[in-house]
Amino acid sequence: MGTGENLLERVQASLGAQALETGMAHGILVLQITAESLVPVAGRLKQEFGFDLFLDVTATDWPQRRPRFDVVYHFYSARDFVRVRLKTQVEETDPTVDTLVPLYGSARYMERECHEMYGIRFRGNDDLRPLLLYEGFVGHPLRKDYPKQREQPLVPYRDVKP
Amino acid sequence: MSATTPVPRQQKSAAFEYLTTRKDEFVGWARKFSLFPYPFVTACCAMEFMSVSSTLYDTDRFGAALPRFTPRQSDLLMVVGTVSHKQAPILRKVYEQMCEPKWVIAFGVCATSGGFYQNYAALPGIDKIIPVDLYIPGCPPRPEMVIDGIMKLQDKIAGERHPIINQDF
Ligand code: SF4
Repeated sequence: MGTGENLLERVQASLGAQALETGMAHGILVLQITAESLVPVAGRLKQEFGFDLFLDVTATDWPQRRPRFDVVYHFYSARDFVRVRLKTQVEETDPTVDTLVPLYGSARYMERECHEMYGIRFRGNDDLRPLLLYEGFVGHPLRKDYPKQREQPLVPYRDVKP
Repeated sequence: MSATTPVPRQQKSAAFEYLTTRKDEFVGWARKFSLFPYPFVTACCAMEFMSVSSTLYDTDRFGAALPRFTPRQSDLLMVVGTVSHKQAPILRKVYEQMCEPKWVIAFGVCATSGGFYQNYAALPGIDKIIPVDLYIPGCPPRPEMVIDGIMKLQDKIAGERHPIINQDF
């Protein structure tokens, strides 16, 4: 843990200027950043601090809030065993962030999933076809305004005579 | 351990040389003990399926043990687990590839009604797209329930009409 905590302090000290807000949540350093500084910050995390594993990208929907979405990234350092979280806010009207595929190849699929579930667009990712959903699915099911029981069956239902 | 005389061959008796039965009963009796299941296994119910088909519970006792991994050689489709909307066309195709006569078991509450998945992803019961002969509830069902279900299906098969040449015979 010693090196891990030092590392988080060093990250905080050196990237704090590029962040809107920093803090700790459940033992993870959280950096709130603007959408523009996402790629530079992620690049520095990878190159200077050894966060070599891209864990996840997902989104949080705050229907009442402006801007409506948080895009949330997690990175892990396999050398120091620590995680860091990046958050950036995007508007509902233009939910676009830059892709991280040039930095982490594994971002390709996770961005695809985030795109279909929340409708976040990743500028520069050329393959945003549905991954878990299917062609023709309308809407984004993990947004809070997607009706909970709305189904979009691919096979027409049978008429069952009682 | 003395010298023995050869045992005389049993006399042929007239009893049980032949018996009479109805065609439907006979065919039903044959069919109910030669179920070849096709396991359409998609989710956690699979663990229970493995348990019920292996040594301790052993569906072989009911003539329903040997899974065929092509739908063309099987006559019992066991849908074991959650079926999503994305998988529904596959299930439909597998069902259509099976030759008559065929039966379908919905194994577990997910295959029966969608269970607790009432959302954008899960098919609310496979009977929305294919006909089902028998539902086994439970999440997952106990092996005893599955065996009970197989026996009920056998009763159903035994009591059915079994046309083999045309609709009338
Ligand atoms: S019925 Fe329960 S055990 Fe079976 S597939 Fe559904 S969730 Fe899993």
